[in-house]
Amino acid sequence: MVLKPEILDPQGQAIARALPRLGFDGVHDVRQGKHFELDVADTIDDAELHRMAGELLANPVIEDWTVRRL
Amino acid sequence: MSPRIGVITFPGTLDDVDAARAVRYGGAQPVALWHADDDLHGVDAVVIPGGFSYGDYLRAGAIAAHQPVLRAVVDAAGRGMPVLGICNGFQILCEAGLLPGALMRNVGLHFVCRAQRLRVESTGTAWTSRYSPGAEIVVPLKSGEGRYVADAATLAQLADEGRVVFRYAGANPNGAVHDIAGIASPDGRVVGLMPHPEHAIDPLTGPSTDGLDVFRSAIDAVLPA
Repeated sequence: MVLKPEILDPQGQAIARALPRLGFDGVHDVRQGKHFELDVADTIDDAELHRMAGELLANPVIEDWTVRRL
Repeated sequence: MSPRIGVITFPGTLDDVDAARAVRYGGAQPVALWHADDDLHGVDAVVIPGGFSYGDYLRAGAIAAHQPVLRAVVDAAGRGMPVLGICNGFQILCEAGLLPGALMRNVGLHFVCRAQRLRVESTGTAWTSRYSPGAEIVVPLKSGEGRYVADAATLAQLADEGRVVFRYAGANPNGAVHDIAGIASPDGRVVGLMPHPEHAIDPLTGPSTDGLDVFRSAIDAVLPA
């Protein structure tokens, strides 16, 4: 889950400014995101996982997300 | 009989006592509403006060937006009941879909706490009818996630429909797009703003008494004509 490209991410910018101070050069941009791990029943399909993301886990106004099964 | 205005308390709400006091100063009877209530006890209007409901877990306002009392608020707003969301209350209204857009971390990442000048951009709402158009008021602003954002189409619609209710006057404190401090629903009954009018009702405790007319406006809106 990550902020949409057009949404300003001041936390990501602060991280991008901190990395060179630690000696990591060549980082052009940082976007901070979130990661959720859900332990779900086999009956839960991807469509339902996307509904969970859209209705609660993410705010579709500002965030994009991907769903991946492990 | 004076109007009854509900003030909702969630776990983590901070400003419910001040909001209830502002309701009382304005001339209405405050009614305490609890997050688990599934009806609004017959109130005439509702205030969702500030604080950190549910510890701002997930996103500010995200958990509160799905509690039983908020479902009742959404239903009541659909019937035209005046609803005011202040600070975390504004975040909750956006998360609940009653107002468009979202509130994000301040540019500069600092929590801002100060007496803030605002311009009243719309007096056509249930919560701002007592103000003069373009009036400048001073009320406290205290938030870390107060940067209003919305997509270009939403911003154009808010501007076209006169639904930007308050703008920051002077320097923008948090990077909010178009200096937006508060907005309204299409019918002007639901208003959300980041600054705190309920803290500006008494010269003893606030920078001004400019916030009082927010609550008086709502009382006008619900009194029988």
